[in-house]
Amino acid sequence: MLSLYHEARSPVHRSPAGAKLAVLLAVGTGLFFVRSIAALGAVLLVVALCYAVAKVPARVGLRQLRPVLPVLIAIVIAQLVLTGWVTAVLVGQRVLVLVALANLVTLTTRTSAMIDTVEAVLRPLRPLGVRPERVGLLVALTIRFVPVLKEQADQVRAAHRARGLRGTRFLTPLLIKTLRLADGLGSAIEARGGPD
Amino acid sequence: MIELENVHHDYGDHKVLGGISLTLAEPRIAIVGANGSGKSTLARLLNGLLLPTSGRVRVDGLDTKKDGKAIRRKVGFVFQDPDIQIIMPTVAEDLDFGLKRHGLTRERRAAKVTAALLEHGLDQHRDHPAHLLSGGQKQLLAIAAVLITDPTHLVFDEPTTLLDLPNRHRVTRLITGLTQQVVLVTHDLDLAATADRVIVLDHGTVFADGPPARSIDAYVALHTA
Repeated sequence: MLSLYHEARSPVHRSPAGAKLAVLLAVGTGLFFVRSIAALGAVLLVVALCYAVAKVPARVGLRQLRPVLPVLIAIVIAQLVLTGWVTAVLVGQRVLVLVALANLVTLTTRTSAMIDTVEAVLRPLRPLGVRPERVGLLVALTIRFVPVLKEQADQVRAAHRARGLRGTRFLTPLLIKTLRLADGLGSAIEARGGPD
Repeated sequence: MIELENVHHDYGDHKVLGGISLTLAEPRIAIVGANGSGKSTLARLLNGLLLPTSGRVRVDGLDTKKDGKAIRRKVGFVFQDPDIQIIMPTVAEDLDFGLKRHGLTRERRAAKVTAALLEHGLDQHRDHPAHLLSGGQKQLLAIAAVLITDPTHLVFDEPTTLLDLPNRHRVTRLITGLTQQVVLVTHDLDLAATADRVIVLDHGTVFADGPPARSIDAYVALHTA
C-alpha cells in the first residue's frame, strides 16, 4: 500500500473505498472455503478481468506482484514438499488472488479515501477510548515513511561500505537516524495542526 | 506582531537562550548565527513548538503557554528538511492534511488544493508519492502545505540549506514574494540581506540587531576576528 495509486477513470476507481475493502475482506475469507483448482483459477481470471475494467495495465499489475513472488515460490515449494502438489497449487492460487486483489484496491483507491474509511469504521469505538484520527494518521505515516526509512537504510549501508565495514553494524546509526526522524516528525505534526 | 519578553530556554543543564527580549513587528526579519547559537530554538518558540523555560512569547497578544493551538494556526512553520514535514503519502493529500482541521467542506478543500498545486507548479505531481519528488519540489510542497492554511505569520528554519542553486533561487523568490510576516532563520546571508531587519544570535543572546547591512557586517566580523 505504498501510495501506488494509478490514475484512471473506471467503475473500480469510482467505487467507495469501504466497499472495496469489504469485498477484499469477503473474498479473502471466502477463498479458504474453495478447494478446487479450477474454481480458484476462475477467481484468478475474474481478478484479471477486474484489472482490465480498472484500466490498470498488465505491466503495472505484474510490477506490484514482483516483490511477493519469492515468498509465494517459497510457500509453494514448502507445501509441495510437506503436503503434495494439489495443496501447493491451491495455496499458491489463494495467495496470488489475495495479493492481486489487495494491490488492485491500492492501485484504484487514494490513501486519503482509505484513511477516511478507517476513521469512519473506528468512529463507533470512540467511547472506548479509540481515537480514529490517530489511527488514520498512523496508516498515513506508515505508507509515507516506509520508503523514507528504506532510503535512510540504503544511505547508512552505503556509508558503511565506503568505510569498508560489513555486517549489521549499520543498525545502530540507522536506529539513531530513525529516532531523530520520529522526533522531527512529531514536531511537524504538531506544527501542522495534526491530531493531539 | 511577535513579542519575546526575557525569554530563557534550557535543555536540561544546557542553557540555549539567555534572556532574550525582542519585538518582531517588521514584515521580514532574518535571524542569523553560528551553529548552536540558539537560532532554531528561538524559531520553535515563536509558534509554541517549544515553550520558554522562563519568560513569555506572545503572538498578536496570545501567549504560547496558554494558546498553543490558536498560535499554531496563526504561525506557519517550515522546517529545514521537507522530508520530516511532508506527512501524507502523496502531494495532493499532504496539501489537504492541514486543511482537514480547519473545518472546511470537502469541495472547498479540493478547490484550495488544486489552486495550490497550480500556483506552485506541482499540478503534474498531484498523485505522485511525495518521496519521489526532487529536493526542490519537496521544499516547495512543504511551503505550499503551510501557505494553504492561510497563516498570518511564517517561520522558516533554514529553508534553502539543503537546496541546489536553481531551487535556492526559486524558494528565495517565493519567500520574498510572501505578504505574511516572515521570520527567517538562515545561514544564507544573501537571503538574510533581503529582510527588513537582521538579528544576530551568539551563544543564546542577541549580538546585533538592525538593518541587514549593519547586522551582517557585525556577524561576519564576529566570526572572522
